[in-house]
This record gives sequence, C-alpha cells and structure tokens, in this order.
Amino acid sequence: MENVNISIEKGEFVVLTGPSGCGKTTLCRCLNGLIPNFYSGDLRGELQVDGINTVEKTTAELATHIGFVFQNPENQLFSLSVERDVAFGLENLGVPREEAIKRVEWAMEATGILDLRDKAPYELSGGQQQRAAIAGVLAMRPSILVLDEPTSFLDPKSAGEIIRVIAKLNMEMGFTTLLVEHRLDVVSRYASRVIVMDKGKVALDGTPAQTYGDNARLIGIGLPRVTMLFHLLRGDGFAIKTNPITVEEASTELRRLMHQ
Amino acid sequence: MIAVDNVSFHYAGGPQVLSKVSLKINDGEFIAIMGENGAGKTTLVKMFNGLLKPTEGSVAIDGVDTREKSVAQLSRDVGLIFQNPDHQLFAETVAEELGFSLRNFGFNEEVIERRVTSLLGSLDLEQYRTSSPFVLSGGERKRVALAAILVWDPKHVIMDEPTIGQDYMQKDRLRQFIMQLVSQGKTIVIVTHDVEFVAECKPRIVLLSRGEIVGDGPADRILTDSQLVEKASLVLPQISTLMNTLPDLEPPKGIIDAYSARDFLAAKLRSSVKTQGPSARR
Repeated sequence: MENVNISIEKGEFVVLTGPSGCGKTTLCRCLNGLIPNFYSGDLRGELQVDGINTVEKTTAELATHIGFVFQNPENQLFSLSVERDVAFGLENLGVPREEAIKRVEWAMEATGILDLRDKAPYELSGGQQQRAAIAGVLAMRPSILVLDEPTSFLDPKSAGEIIRVIAKLNMEMGFTTLLVEHRLDVVSRYASRVIVMDKGKVALDGTPAQTYGDNARLIGIGLPRVTMLFHLLRGDGFAIKTNPITVEEASTELRRLMHQ
Repeated sequence: MIAVDNVSFHYAGGPQVLSKVSLKINDGEFIAIMGENGAGKTTLVKMFNGLLKPTEGSVAIDGVDTREKSVAQLSRDVGLIFQNPDHQLFAETVAEELGFSLRNFGFNEEVIERRVTSLLGSLDLEQYRTSSPFVLSGGERKRVALAAILVWDPKHVIMDEPTIGQDYMQKDRLRQFIMQLVSQGKTIVIVTHDVEFVAECKPRIVLLSRGEIVGDGPADRILTDSQLVEKASLVLPQISTLMNTLPDLEPPKGIIDAYSARDFLAAKLRSSVKTQGPSARR
C-alpha cells in the first residue's frame, strides 16, 4: 500500500474491490491489527478504529471493536457445535456466563441460525457455516464488520443469503461494514460507497454509480453485467449518462431510452 | 470419452451423495457442472481420475472402467485440479512444482524446461518461477495448481472451481485459456458456481442437485430457465433477469451475456428512433 487515505463513518456500507494483489486484504489486516502484530513489514502512517490507534493495541483487544470474517468459513470454525463456536470468542474475553448466553442467542438470531445450535460445523452447508462464522464475530459486539470475500466459496443462492444477512446487520443494527468483494453484481445494490484500489493505492471512491465509470473498467474490475451493458451501448453512440447498477435501474433506463 | 453409467455413491456409513447419475462427455467437449454446495459435484469429478470408485454403476475413461486402473495410470489422461490448491502444492518453488510430475513420468530435463517455461508464460506466472508457491496469493496458487497439471498435457482436464479468488481480468484470461484448450481438442470439465463466468463461456451445462442430474443442455437454454436454476440453488445471470423485465421488446430466447444483449438492444434502439420520426428525436 502507498499513501492510502480512507475515512469511513459509522453506519456506512463500503464495498472494497480491485484487482488481485491491489492491497485490499492488506488494508483489512491493518484494521484489526494483524498488521503489524502478526505480519512483519514496514508500516507508516496512522490507523484508527473507533478512535483507537491499532498499532498500540493487540488484535484480541481490537476484536471487540472490529469483527473479521474470512473467505473460507472452514478456517474460522472448529468447535463441536455451532453454539460453542459462537461462544468461543466470548469465553476467551472472560465475559460472564449470563451475559455470554445472552449475546450468543442474540448473535445466532441475527444471523438466522438458532435452529442449528447443536449441529457440528461440518454438518452445515457452506452458507450456514459462513453464517455461524459471522455470528461468532457478532457475539463479541464489535461496531465494525470487515468481511474478506465471504461468499466466494458459496453457491449463488447461499451467497445472496449471506449478503442479505450482512445488509440487514448494516441497515437495521447499524454495523459499519467493509466488504471486500469481486462479485459486484450481488453487492452493489446495498453499498453506500465503493472504494476501488489499484496497485496499492485508492483509485476510485464514491457511490456505486459514480465509481462504475470508464476508469473502473480500465482498472479491470468486474462491473455488474447490466452496468457493463450500458458501457457498451454508450460506446455505440447512444446518449446514456447514467450507470445503472441493478436490473431494475437498467430496465427503467432502457424504457426511457426507447421512448425518447 | 468420459462415460458415467448409472453411478451411485456414498462414503462408508454416510448418506447417498450421488444417485443413479448417467452422463456422457465426448472428447473435446466443454462442460460446466453446476449446482448447490453439497450437490455432489466434486464427488462426481473425483470419479473421473479414479480417486473415488462408484459404489454402484460404472465410470469408464476412453472405454476402460476406472476400477481396472490405478489413479496414477488414469492421471496420465485425466488431469484433476482441486478446488483448494493447498491440497495439491508442496514443492519449494513454482518451477519444481511444475516439473515434479514430468520427472515422475520420466521426461528428460530439456523437455521439462521447455514445457514448464511455456506453461509459466500462458498462465502469467513467469515472474514467480523461483518463488515458493506458499508466498503467492490464493488466485496465483490456483494458477500454479492448474499449470502443474496441464504441464503433462492430459487429454481430459477437470477443474474444480477454477474462478474462486480470481479477479475479473484473470477470469477473462482463464476463459481465453480454456477456449484455447478446447480448440486444441481437449475435453474440459469445470465445476463452478460462477454463473456470470459460465454465461460468457457458454459451455454445455450439467446441473446437479442433491446427487441427481436435474438439467443438461446448452448454457443459453439452462441459464434462462428460472425454475431449473432455482432448483439447483443458482441464480439467473443478471442479463437474463434484465431480459425477463422487457417482454414487450420481444427479446429472442437465450440472451445471457452483456455482448449479446448489447447487439439486440442497439438494434432495437436504432429502429425505435427511426419509427418515431424526427420530432420524437428532439
């Protein structure tokens, strides 16, 4: 990363995208202190999460402020039951039993896995595993969720469910969300902001419609296919000024063009 | 040819993973096997190189039952690239990883060097020749795993989830690379969830759901069938969904990617401007 300046306000839903190796995962690892606590290197500049300097705190201390969900839920689950897995972080934090039970219930409810509490993680589908992983993170009551490609191992239906769970946590419970994704088709409708990184720098930063212009295509991010369609039509000389990001927007815009 | 005849499979003491699956894959065909997590896709392709043997029915590769050959023998013709590259990679450097199988097959060093260099080039890995596979990113490790199989030039190439962890440009290169392999006459089988990738490659699609084949046909037919797609826990490509919202424009069936949609819509938009006359254009 080089000269990265980003400020994310409480309650935002930010999608972070960009070509492989652009620095997305590195940025996430800085936010929860994995860099520089676990990965060595040369880190300059200042990082604050909830007003805390991440370099001065351990990853464990940061875990109650910022929750981290990884690409492959199998890397995050290990207990013999879902309930115990969700409770694991709290036990480590030394949260009193009564409080821990409340939080585990709440986290399982928020992710829709109450009926799976006694199942072993390996008995679950990929989508259920990822929900259990998210619940384990939520139980620590962070205010910020960072999710690094949480749907890439999932079938499209389960991926859609996970994205909707994340969107609900953001909209109804106010979790600040930073979601690393390549599949912009699925996530764009929920994003209040898209940050595109390229070669270690922030290349684009704005609403999805602002961000998904020609520059995004040149950097090589996978625009939603309806957005790509409008880029192609604009290239054919049609007077198109907007960048639709959902099927509904694209459909409306096409009808407008037809009747113009 | 890969011939799957009435195959059922369950792991010892486990539930049925595949039930009565029959499927013929011709030489040089390009097929995507799709379906929900746990549908049995990976189990099915592990039968192609004999890693798993059917509990009922049979799998034959080029006419020979997989029970009659060892995995090592079958691998010469059937290259299987695992979903997780870390199940496959072990060598100290990328070049060693690629050379390993060729040394086992007894090729001389000159041939090995030539093939390794050629594969590193086609998969954009030359810069990592002397790197340890384990310092590379997930997407790069997947390309190393692919190269390490293609290097011995198997006739049938099976890729389990090749697009996971690949960004848009890498997927586009992977698509072109697959098309190149298809044009060389190789059989390509990919297991994938990536609906948009498949909409752009347009292979034959075999849909698996709960261990059974529920659909089999060309991409433009399968990926416009909402009921079938729903049954296999997939979603329609975004462009198919868009076309469904425009029935009054009478789009032809089978538009599943942005380029075909553009051809159709550009023609429609031009004719609508013409028929409305100059006053409407203002």
